[in-house]
Amino acid sequence: MQPVLELKHITKRFGKDVLANDDVSMEVYPGEVLAILGENGCGKTTLMNMVSGIYYPDAGHIYIKGEEALIRSPRDAYKYNIGMIHQHFKLVDVFSAAENIALGLDKTSGSLKQVTDKVSEISAKYGFNIDPNKKIYDMSVSEKQTVEIIKVLFRGAEILILDEPTAVLTLSEIKRLFEILRNMVADGKSVIIITHKLNEVMEVSDRVAVMRKGKHIATVNTSETTESELTDMMVGRKVDLNIARTEPVDPRPRIEIRNLSLKDEEGGWALKEVNLTACGGEILGIAGIAGSGQRQLLEAVAGLNRPETGEIIFTNPKKNKPVTLFHKKLPQIRRLAAENKLHYPDGKRVNLSGVSDKQLRALIAEEKLLFDDDEIMSLRDKTPLEIRELGVKLSFVPEDRLGMGLVGDMGISGNMMLRSYRKGKSMFLNFKKPKALGEEIIKELEVVTPSVRTPVRRLSGGNLQKVLVGREISSSPKVLMAAYPVRGLDINSSYTIYNLLAKQKSLGTAVIYVGEDLDVLMELCDRIVVMNSGRVSEPLDARSVKKEELGRLMTVSHREGE
Amino acid sequence: MGPFIDFLVDSLGFGATFMYGSTGEIITEKAGHLNLGIPGVMCMGGAGGCLMINLCVKAGFPPFLIVLLGILGSFIMGVLMGLIYSFLTVTLRANQNVTGLALTTFGVGLMKVLMSDKKLVQATTYLVNPKNYFRFPFASRTDNLHTLGVMFFIAVIIAIGAGWLLYHTRTGLNLRSIGENPATADAAGINVIRYKYLATCIGSGISALGGLYYIIDYMCSQEAYLSLEAFGWLSIALVIFVLWKPHITIPGAFIFGVLFSCSSHIPNLLPFIKVTMAAKPLFKMLPYVFTIVVLIISSVRSRRENRPPKSLGISYFREER
Amino acid sequence: MQTNRVKAPLVHLSRRDTLPLWHKAVIRLAAFILGMAVCGLVALLLIEKLRLDPSRMGEFYQSFIKGSFSTLARRWKFFKNVAVLLCIALALTPAFRMRFWNTGAEGQTLMGVLAAVAVNFYLGGKYTNGRVAWPDWSLLVLMFAASLIAGAVWGVIPALFKARWNTNETLFTLMMNYVATFFVSYCLIKWVPSGSSSLGKLSSGKLPTVFTGLGKSQYSDYLLIIILVGLVTALVYVYLNYSKHGYEISVVGESERTARYVGINVNKVIVRTMLLSGMLCGLAGWIIGAGLDRSVTTESVGGQGFTAIMVCWLAKFDPIMMILTSGLIIFLNLGADQISTTFDVSGAFPNVIIGIVLFFIIGSEFFINYKINFRKKETPSVTK
Repeated sequence: MQPVLELKHITKRFGKDVLANDDVSMEVYPGEVLAILGENGCGKTTLMNMVSGIYYPDAGHIYIKGEEALIRSPRDAYKYNIGMIHQHFKLVDVFSAAENIALGLDKTSGSLKQVTDKVSEISAKYGFNIDPNKKIYDMSVSEKQTVEIIKVLFRGAEILILDEPTAVLTLSEIKRLFEILRNMVADGKSVIIITHKLNEVMEVSDRVAVMRKGKHIATVNTSETTESELTDMMVGRKVDLNIARTEPVDPRPRIEIRNLSLKDEEGGWALKEVNLTACGGEILGIAGIAGSGQRQLLEAVAGLNRPETGEIIFTNPKKNKPVTLFHKKLPQIRRLAAENKLHYPDGKRVNLSGVSDKQLRALIAEEKLLFDDDEIMSLRDKTPLEIRELGVKLSFVPEDRLGMGLVGDMGISGNMMLRSYRKGKSMFLNFKKPKALGEEIIKELEVVTPSVRTPVRRLSGGNLQKVLVGREISSSPKVLMAAYPVRGLDINSSYTIYNLLAKQKSLGTAVIYVGEDLDVLMELCDRIVVMNSGRVSEPLDARSVKKEELGRLMTVSHREGE
Repeated sequence: MGPFIDFLVDSLGFGATFMYGSTGEIITEKAGHLNLGIPGVMCMGGAGGCLMINLCVKAGFPPFLIVLLGILGSFIMGVLMGLIYSFLTVTLRANQNVTGLALTTFGVGLMKVLMSDKKLVQATTYLVNPKNYFRFPFASRTDNLHTLGVMFFIAVIIAIGAGWLLYHTRTGLNLRSIGENPATADAAGINVIRYKYLATCIGSGISALGGLYYIIDYMCSQEAYLSLEAFGWLSIALVIFVLWKPHITIPGAFIFGVLFSCSSHIPNLLPFIKVTMAAKPLFKMLPYVFTIVVLIISSVRSRRENRPPKSLGISYFREER
Repeated sequence: MQTNRVKAPLVHLSRRDTLPLWHKAVIRLAAFILGMAVCGLVALLLIEKLRLDPSRMGEFYQSFIKGSFSTLARRWKFFKNVAVLLCIALALTPAFRMRFWNTGAEGQTLMGVLAAVAVNFYLGGKYTNGRVAWPDWSLLVLMFAASLIAGAVWGVIPALFKARWNTNETLFTLMMNYVATFFVSYCLIKWVPSGSSSLGKLSSGKLPTVFTGLGKSQYSDYLLIIILVGLVTALVYVYLNYSKHGYEISVVGESERTARYVGINVNKVIVRTMLLSGMLCGLAGWIIGAGLDRSVTTESVGGQGFTAIMVCWLAKFDPIMMILTSGLIIFLNLGADQISTTFDVSGAFPNVIIGIVLFFIIGSEFFINYKINFRKKETPSVTK
């Protein structure tokens, strides 16, 4: 049988250093589902972007039904009946579904009314459920995806490419999508699905093409392979997901969130009555489909948004804190001693009976009198600066590395300053310490960069993340929040990050880890909560919980009570 | 009622300058390009038109042809200016703000050079008779209607036509999608570059007509060109005021016209108010203060449908990672 | 067997990472030379005397050098003009680094001029008991303060609205220019009852003659101004690159979300920076209104507020580079001025020249930021 699509020796580079695709050849046959499997950043999407006309290959050829095809733009791709549904939907928010579908069509497609009719027709044929007049900004992710699929079908696509189509869907939505894909294959169309999820590959595909680091490793028939074989090909070596997990050290509540509710920009509830406790010396995992309120939750703790109701309590454990006259007056100190709350540096209790005020003052001046004191403070409605001024060492690795966590145009040393530049009374910046810290991070975490001055915008995702995490843990935080810290990273960088988080845990930090890969969550964390539509589940023990249980909590629909 | 009708007609006439300027700029902005060169474009439109009319009059063309070619000359000059702008911002992806400002510097300067060149452009040639040709069909009337000529009606037709094009045709849909999200439009197979070029050039052409209209038709004075630059800026401001909808420029431009012409009409309208010499500049300040107030109000109550095109001011490069 | 070669696109663009400094310089220089060449062509079309006698093209280009450097007076004028333009451009820099598009330097500077002249007009030249009520030095200090305040007020008004409601600052500041212009003409009508609306050069509030032996006494004023602006350049450079405020400006400019994430009060930074930006414009206004003109018209700033935007952008918001770019603009300006007198064209001719050269320099950025790959010819591949 003649392949509908053939890629031969495709090579694509970005800049000098990034070889996104290295001599890739591949075929797709009519009436099949081909899965392109690979880790994040292995070049799957780049390859398909060249088929759909977004990029143009540096070298190599594409053949459609045996004829060489020249695909310079998406328009050319449509001409060859190729349609791609991108991971980030290419839809105009302020347009309706029908308007989006009609976009770019020539006059022969008729009026908007006729387009609407044909949309209904396609919907009926493949089993979609969509209101053509609904505005995109009113739609759920699944609806938007449907619009995208109808859009390419409308243009008579014979080859459909779906980039990570299940990433943002619930289990039942995924099921429905797969049914639709099967309908389309039965109709003689070819489907290419880009994914890194093995179970989906096994479930839906006929053949699997595995990619690794820009290279095409092999293509196998799904029925003749196993998940573990695919994994081996995908990562290149046996996956040893054994993340070193220690028992939590002295877990005491560090951050307590009570009844927290928060509205999003549109006025809906981004967080609804969230209750959550993160303890020092443990990693608390937050699982859930992306966009279930994880970002808002972390930002609320970091002081970046204003909750409607609820409380965020931070407990600052202070051990061996010297008594000072600045904080306490002499009678108070005597009372504390009487209550057995003071101790000497060697741990002996302090007895102040018979100690004169003068002697006491001397003891205090020498910082001989120590006490343990848990400070309890509310973080709600505080700005990040106020939180910092309260002495709360809170570190936050946001999801959006360049848009939030780092300044793209500054070098590593400039970015190190972000957290610390205020230190000191001088109105000028201190460049020495941030530079030293930057160099230390480059060395310790093996960051690949020409120099500390090179704008971080030019660094790869993994290196960016090392810089960001490195900075955030450099202040020896009491609380460390990390949102999707390994997204887009290769395995080695991911493990560097896991180890850094585990080390923070052993130092007594309360680590909150928001992740998407359930296997990692279950091996890295001590307790896991699941977020779903702005609500947080009861904490589950990460060591004993079943993956299916997490999956169920992620996707079960909440009854809207209000 | 006489003075009042006078006032209204005068304001309408004045407003047409802005109608051209803003309609052109809206079309440009819908393609995602903020053209701050509109003042220069309008100036050059005026110069181009006057240049053409000079040539036509000297060649002894009939009035009908003089009007037609004058408008055409102005339009073409605008398109040329738009071409400079779009080559720099679309093909060479230059910063739109700076390119626009440079275009204004260039256009205003070149217009002044051209208009003061007695050999090329003579006020006696381009003003005396052609002004009446442009006042077709009301030129012979003695009442206030005679100040509205053919170009006024063209302005209204273009504004309505542009509104229809943007919101009721496939071309308009495609164009708007480019201003919102060029990557989406590109992925949908729309030739983004071509649309951007066409929108900026045609938009500039339309804006340019405003310059010609103001010089020949509304003011019919040889000093008129000196104040064109300010009207260019106001036209850009009017775009925000009318929420990027070309047909709303008609009432919007009228309001601007009212603000501009009120100082000269107040003595007739409200004789009990004494407009002193010193108050004149304060009256002239009105449209600008009004624009500021409008800017503030529209920012205070910003709604999704009333926001500028999302990708306004951002260059589009398909392979951006 | 078939050899089926489809033509690949001829050119293909990709983003460039970095380019060596000298390479950038060569590209910009080439753009400048090309621009000047096109200027020559345009001049040939526009200027009648050149049209009639194209052999005078040499004279045309010589005029550029002549305009700025041929006599001592011209050299002083060149450096004085550079200083004034540079001062306005420096004022814009903090705002632009914050990505606050302040197009209102014209108005902010004009308000500075007006404030200085107003102080001089109301207080200067008055006598009490036969003695000057306000000696020049005290007038100058008062004028200085007034100019700074006036510029700052004009700059901070749009900033307040930007901070509170995200009001479009480009158009707001632009409209403020016209409000300032008409405010000046209002004041002139009030001050000059004759209706000529031209205020002569005031005799009071002169800059002290610090430097002697420069030829003319006004060169002392020029030198004073040049030194002052040199100082301001250094200060702005240090402020932006080495101070905490400057760092905050850069962070806010890059991403407001990052700024909020690290606890920078974005609104405070916007207002503070625009206060500074307006104040520096006010300073430029003081230089014009107190140091040079001692008078005010609606054209006192003469479009330099807009030119400064280009000076600032061409220098990539780097104060030191701005010395060069403002020098370039003034060089073109004075040269074209010379041309318009030699060849008898409109005084607006310099704008045409500046516009054309700017187009080329703006366009040349493309060749610095992008790489154009011409697709190599491949030997026809043989497919099955």
